[in-house]
Formats: sequence, structure tokens, C-alpha cells
Amino acid sequence: MTRWIDIAALDDIPPRGARTVKTAQGCVAVFRTFDDRVFALDDRCPHKGGPLSEGIVHGHAVTCPLHAWVFSLETGRALGEDDGSVATYPARVEQGRVLIDATRLQTWRVA
Amino acid sequence: MKKRLVIVGAGMASGRLIEHLLDAAPDRWDVTLFNAEPRGNYNRLMLSPVLSGEKAYEDIITHDDAFYADRGITCRFGEPVVRIDRAAKVVVTAQGDTPYDRLVIGTGSAPFIIPVAGKALPGVVTYRDLEDTNAMIAASRPGAKAVVIGGGLLGLEAAAGMAARGADVTVIHLMSHLMERQLDPAAGYLLQKDLERRGIRVHCKGATKAILGEDKVEAVLLEDGTVYGADLVCMAVGIRPETRLATDAHLEVNRGVVVDPQMRTADPDVFALGECVEFDGQLFGLVAPLYDQAKVLASVLNGGDAAFRPVQTATKLKVTGVDLFSAGDFADKPGREEIVFRDPGRGIYKRLVLEGDRLIGAVMYGDTADGNWFFQKIKDGADISGERETLIFGPAFAGGVAADPLAAVAALPPEAEICGCNGVCKGQIAAAIDGGATTLQLVRARTKASASCGTCTGLVEQVLALSLGEAFQMPTAQPMCACTDLTHEDVRRLIKAQELKSMPAVLQELGWRTSCGCPSCRPALNFYLLADWPLDYRDDAQSRFVNERLHANIQKDGTFSVVPRMWGGVTNARELRAIADAADKYNVPMVKVTGGQRIDLLGVRKDDLPAMWADLNAAGLVSGHAYSKGLRTVKTCVGTEFCRFGTQDSTGLGVRLEQRLWGSWTPHKVKLAVSGCPRNCAEATCKDVGIVCVESGYQVGVGGAAGMDLQETQRLVAVETEAEAMDVTVAFVQLYREHARYLDRPYKWIRKVGLDWIRSQVLDAEIRAALIARFDLSQSIYQKDPWAEHARPDAARRFRPLADLSLEAAE
Ligand SMILES: Cc1cc2nc3c(=O)[nH]c(=O)nc-3n(C[C@H](O)[C@H](O)[C@H](O)COP(=O)(O)OP(=O)(O)OC[C@H]3O[C@@H](n4cnc5c(N)ncnc54)[C@H](O)[C@@H]3O)c2cc1C
Ligand code: SF4
Ligand code: FES
Repeated sequence: MTRWIDIAALDDIPPRGARTVKTAQGCVAVFRTFDDRVFALDDRCPHKGGPLSEGIVHGHAVTCPLHAWVFSLETGRALGEDDGSVATYPARVEQGRVLIDATRLQTWRVA
Repeated sequence: MKKRLVIVGAGMASGRLIEHLLDAAPDRWDVTLFNAEPRGNYNRLMLSPVLSGEKAYEDIITHDDAFYADRGITCRFGEPVVRIDRAAKVVVTAQGDTPYDRLVIGTGSAPFIIPVAGKALPGVVTYRDLEDTNAMIAASRPGAKAVVIGGGLLGLEAAAGMAARGADVTVIHLMSHLMERQLDPAAGYLLQKDLERRGIRVHCKGATKAILGEDKVEAVLLEDGTVYGADLVCMAVGIRPETRLATDAHLEVNRGVVVDPQMRTADPDVFALGECVEFDGQLFGLVAPLYDQAKVLASVLNGGDAAFRPVQTATKLKVTGVDLFSAGDFADKPGREEIVFRDPGRGIYKRLVLEGDRLIGAVMYGDTADGNWFFQKIKDGADISGERETLIFGPAFAGGVAADPLAAVAALPPEAEICGCNGVCKGQIAAAIDGGATTLQLVRARTKASASCGTCTGLVEQVLALSLGEAFQMPTAQPMCACTDLTHEDVRRLIKAQELKSMPAVLQELGWRTSCGCPSCRPALNFYLLADWPLDYRDDAQSRFVNERLHANIQKDGTFSVVPRMWGGVTNARELRAIADAADKYNVPMVKVTGGQRIDLLGVRKDDLPAMWADLNAAGLVSGHAYSKGLRTVKTCVGTEFCRFGTQDSTGLGVRLEQRLWGSWTPHKVKLAVSGCPRNCAEATCKDVGIVCVESGYQVGVGGAAGMDLQETQRLVAVETEAEAMDVTVAFVQLYREHARYLDRPYKWIRKVGLDWIRSQVLDAEIRAALIARFDLSQSIYQKDPWAEHARPDAARRFRPLADLSLEAAE
């Protein structure tokens, strides 16, 4: 079962940027890309814990601000030479609002 | 006893001669080398990259002082030979007579000056040597108007070089299309379009009637009445062999100094080589045959019996981003057939000219990867009847291999020529690689391949890649990033020339391959746009690295550091108290004094940043920009205020400089220092700009560094007043902002453009005033405290999470 919850207005996130959502287990980064799609990923780089929400967002990818690993926002997988991945969560935009799947947010973390 | 060899002219040809001659017989010759230019051998072909700013003069020196010293060569540079006395066997200079046993004339050519009114006005230059190049560099300040007369190889390289520096360039060409000697009309048209796209105006069928101006050039008047304004005119209409010495010495001279296949003139002890000679009725204007002459002459002088035989040459234009190749004969004549391939969308044009079953000419534009393969077929006179249908698609098709860039090179036979200038074939390069030459530099050192005009560098790298496979890393330095083929320099120029004032405009007009750039081009583009269009462009926070976006330095654990500005390194009890209070209130784990005379509060949480900034702001402290590619710090000593040695108010100057410059964005960080006397307690001589005060005024040095590279500043100028010191500094910083590529510190930029050029800009009163005005205009927008801005509630919100689901999730 999905339970979409309304996080914020799309315009609260700058285009080609990100904001974070706090959860009990850590931060989730919510990205908005050039084409106004949104993606939610753990805000922790698998390399050395860099805050991905602070990276430069390009295309449908983000580059970690600490050592420049690049992650696909769609799959959470590291692109290029590096190996690793970040958990992703369903997110979407509806009438200018950003929705994120709270069940997934919980189950993923509990499991 | 050693024989006395006198060489007149230290040029491309004689330089090569010296190498061959002394490699083979190090002890036979006592060489004296005269040169009219006040310097030794350098790679004349590479003047164009120097002109465009891609290389510095130091990069193109082929023979340095050590080279001559090691070989015991007597250098008489800056000393032209005025006469040859064959009877006495001496050459005559202003210094007197120098005897020879053997004499070599290698005087090259002299540029042709069209005999029009105004040809001798100051501001009219030719394009032959470093002096010409420097004159063009000095005149090519952004917005300056330059007219190039002559649309051949040299003229176009001059035009592209000056345009790269921001000058507004017009090319006037007599014929109906550019480079008519090397290109057919269709390729000439594509070339013209490409140049126009770079902002260069092209006027074909233009005959120059006069050069106008009172006491310096002001304009060029054409026969058809058109007038082009000009601050500089470059005449590049052709060259003629420099034969005056030989003529006066009654040697046989036609158009050039006549030589036999042993390069001997009419006098058995006098030889000649290079562009000044005529052999078999032919003159030579490209280096490949000259190098052959050098080889022959070295052998002859050493007692060998080599003979010179001219070979066909191929032409390439050395303008970054323009690919052009032509070889052989491609005029329309009865009995000839042609095969043409066009792809207008990609700007590609190829034309092959056949006579019977042989390929006799090839012109390629836009994609020249197969040039050498065709050139080989022309030289071999190969029978192509079997592959006629697919010939134009090149070796990739012929061999049935996939069309990747390496395939064309892989398909070349070992005897195919890779480096046309030096006549080096693929097999020789492969042999050198097998022998351990595993880098481009080593291959260049051993075989000379790509050591002259450099256009075959890519091919040599591909041979390396083919031979070494994974072990060879193709250099990626050239294009700005994977999103484009353009270099940083191209992009900076096009942003100005095409007036691109927004990121989407750049991506669209310059054909970016990605939707919105990447982390390497976006910050660079953001800087270029805000530096060039301060009023029109809006700074894009999302195209900045985290530190500049959040105005704090991210640390390895994701916390940040906060550094308040302390003007000139001066603070007081009230500020220190506010800093101490902030450190307590936000549990700052470390307080540290930095090298730039600031206090650094490390380990601050992102959420706390806005509140901490507001607290510090309340005490009058503003952001120290310790995170920016911008003005960082001005470090000072106490100078006349307190020090008994001080000669000027170094502290006051430092404070005033910092107040003037703070908030400006630059290609890389900029640090300054001011010392009150040469004891230099502020360590000014390793800063980007370092001022050392002396009794008589201020010594302004630039281009210091004390990071991974260690570099002392070079003196830009010494001035008498503080106001002048400030002006020069501001103008220097603005020039750096306008011209350097992103992430080049000043010292790297200076290496590329040369301190002389910087002086010619910053020390020219008019240019300096304009630079300062542009800096001040930009400061009117960008000199603002980011802390104050981000501490405001609406902006501060962005530093906090969008939502807090920790309660939800804990249910
Ligand atoms: C900007 C530019 C780009 C070029 N690009 C290419 C290219 O891409 N490919 C190519 O193949 N060729 C190119 N050329 C042509 C190439 O540089 C010449 O063919 C080559 O330099 C000629 O060599 P040289 O030794 O005959 O003469 P130079 O190299 O001209 O040397 C002659 C030297 O003799 C000196 N001299 C003259 N008279 C006297 C005297 N009386 N006493 C003492 N010294 C004297 C001169 O000062 C000069 O230093 C280019 C030329 C220029 C100017
Ligand atoms: S640099 Fe000279 S003036 Fe400045 S503190 Fe040192 S000794 Fe004194
Ligand atoms: S922590 Fe992300 S790349 Fe190192």
C-alpha cells in the first residue's frame, strides 16, 4: 500500500537543486531536476557520507559535493567507475505539490 | 682543427640543420649563429597559438641557452649580417668581420607589403615573428578593431588569434573565396561561415586602396569605397624570399637563392636552405621540405652525398575548432573527375579529385580524420579503380571496420605519413613506442612527430592508443567538458562575441550535448556569464559548488566553517567578543587562526549557519568569503603605524584594497598582501597580488603562489602613490576576471598570456580606466554581504529541512 504525503510546494525546491526531509533514521534528499521532475534519495553518499542534497544536479543525476561521485537520481546507482548505490523512494509532483511515499519510507527503513 | 661554420639566420630550417649536423659530428664544427631577431630558435609555426593565448612564448622555444652552450655554439642574436665578403670569406655585422670556412644562408622570407598609401603608419604590422605577434596581442584588447589584409593561412590564423582575445576582426581578401590556393570555393565558403560564426567579419573580393590615419592607423579604405575602422592592420598578403645578402654578394638569385640538390649556391663554400632558396624553379613555404633540406645539407657538410628532392605537401589551418585539410591538385581541368560528399547539417564537406585511376587531390572540411590516408594515396599514386565507389568514406569503410576514431588510424599502413612537417610515418612512431616512448612527449622527443605545427598531435596520440591500448590515457584537456567540443577559451570568446547572456542561451547556441550541463561546465559558465554581463545575467546558485552556494566551507563530516572578514587582518576587542560569543552559543568545536590573518570557526551545523551569521552581522562582521573563487584576504604588516622599518602605511593600504575588492568573483581565489618594507613580513611575494612598500613608493608584484606550486611574484610595475597602486591592482584583477579560464590562478593565466601583454593593458591609462570602470560596475551588483542576505527569514528557511517526518516514521 502506498501512502502519499504532501511534503511541500514544488517551488520550495530550486530547479536543478534539492532540499531535505528529516526522518527518524536520517535525512532524505528531495531533488528537483531541470524538467521539474522530483526524486527522493537518502541524503548520504555511500562513499564517505557526503550530503548529496548539496551536490550539483545535472540532467537526472547528482554529483556528491565531497569527492564528486555521480549518482543516477532514477536508480540511486553510482555512475561511471564508482561502485555503490543509495536508497531511492517514490516521489511525484501533483498540482504543484511534492508527494512522497511514506510507507516506503518506513518499510524500507524497518526492513 | 675545427672548421668554422657561420650560419646566417636562426630559423626553422637552420635550427634543424644544427641538430642533424652536430648529432652526427659533435666535434667537427665551430659554429657561429647570427640572428636578426634578438633570440634563438623557436617554433615559428606556433606563433598562432601564442597569439590566441593557448600557448606562451616559453612553450614554443625549441633551442634554449643550454642547447647552444652544450654544443659550444657562439650565439650572436640581435645582430643581423649586413654583408657577405666572399673574397675575404667573412660576414660583416655592426660588430665587425667574422671569418668562415663554410657559410650557410638561412634568412627565411620577408612579408610582402602592398604598396598603398599609409602602409608605414604606426599600427600596421605583418605576421612573421614574435615582435609582430606581441604587437597584435597588445592591440587585441576586447573591443579593439583589427583589420587583416589577406585571407590565406597566415591571415586567418592572425584573425582567429586576435578574435580569441576579444578584438573585433575583419578579414579583407582579394579573391572570391578564402584560402583559394588551398581550398576550392565550397570549402572556402564553409570556412567563411565558420569564421563568421566566431565573430570574424570576412570581406572577399576586397582590394585595399589605402590605409588611413593621421599619426597612426585609423581605418582601411577599399577600392569599392568600403571603410573599416582599425586600431591595427595586419598585412598577410604573402612572403618573398629574403635574398638581399645573396644578391649583394653576387650569388645566383632568381626569385630565391638558387641552389643545387646539395643546397650549394654558385659559390662552393656557401650554402643556403629554407624559405630563402629556389630549387629547380620552386620556392618552399612550409616546413616539411625545409626539414628535408636540413637533413641533406647536414649530410653534405659532413662529407656525405645526399640530394634534395621536393615532395608533395599537405596543408592544415591551425585555428582551434576549424578542421581543414587539403593536399595535391584540385583545380577543375578537362579529364578530371571528382567525388563530393556533403553533410551540411554537420558542416562536413569532402572532395576528391581523380585523374584516370589515380587520386591527385583532396580537400576536406569539418572532418579531416581521413586526410592522411588520402594524402598517402596521392603520394603513392595508388590505383584506386577497385575502391572508387567507397573511396570517399575513407579507410573505415575500405577496411570494413567500425567507424570509430581509432579505426581510421588503425587502417593506415606503416608507411603512411602521420607528421607532415617532419615526415614521420606511422611505422616510425610505432617503433619508437615499442622502444619505450610511451607518452606523447617521448614520441615527440624521439621522432619529432607533432613537434612543429602540432596539428597531427591527435593522430600521434591515436597511434599511442592503438599500440599501448589501455596503458595509454588519451589526454582530455582540450574541450571544456564532455558536454561540448569547445574549449574554455572558445566559450569565453563566444559568450562575448554572440552576446550570450544566460545559461540556456549558451547551451542552445553553442550546441551543448546535455540538457543542463555538468558539474564541470556549469560553475565555469556561471562565472563567465556574471563576469561578462554583470547587469544582464542573474547569478545561478544551483550552478555553484556547495561552498559558494551556502557561503561556508563544507568539511569532511558535512559540517561547515565560518570565517568573518577582518579588513587587512585588523580586528578589535568588540569583534573578538562577538566571535567568542558565537563560538560558545553554537558549540563550535574548534577556533583557529588562518594563514590569511582571519579567525576560522570550524564544525558549525548547516541549520545553525543563518542564526550565527545574524549574530555576527549584529556585531558588524560580514562574510570573509573564505569559501569563494573570489577575493579572499588582504594580509598586511603594521607598516608605518607601528614598525620602525615601515616606509608606507601598509596596513591602511591593505584595508582600503580589501574594501574595494571584497565581494568580487574571480576565476579562482585571489589573495593579496601588503608589506611595509622589503623585509616583507606579510609575505607579499607569494600572493596573487603582492605589494611591497619602499621609500619611493609601491612595488606591485603579481602571479605569486604558495600552494601545490610555489612561485614568487613578478614585478608588474613600481608606482609612487597609493592611489596608483590601488588602480593598478583593481585593473589587474578585472583583466584576470575578463580573460582567465575558470580555475586558473593568476600565475597560470599569466604564463599563458605573458606579463608583457598584461602590462600593455594595465599600464595603458585609457585601458586601465576602462577596466576599473567595468570592475566598479560589476561591484555595484556583486559587492554585498551574503550573510546578511541569507540570514533573512525567507532565505534562512532554505537552510532547514523541507519537512520533519521523524515523528511520523516513529509511530
Ligand atoms: C605565423 C606563422 C605560422 C606558420 N604556420 C606554418 C604551418 O602550420 N606549417 C608550415 O609548414 N609552415 C608554417 N609557417 C611557415 C614556416 O614558419 C616557415 O616556412 C619557416 O619558418 C621557414 O624557415 P626558415 O628557416 O627558412 O626561415 P625563418 O624561420 O623565418 O628563419 C629565418 C631567420 O633568419 C633571420 N634573418 C633574416 N635575415 C638575416 C640577416 N641578414 N642576418 C641575421 N639573421 C637574419 C630572421 O630574423 C629569422 O629569424 C608559418 C609561418 C608563420 C609566420
Ligand atoms: S615588512 Fe617591514 S614594515 Fe612591515 S612589519 Fe616587517 S619590517 Fe616592519
Ligand atoms: S562522500 Fe560522496 S563522493 Fe566521497
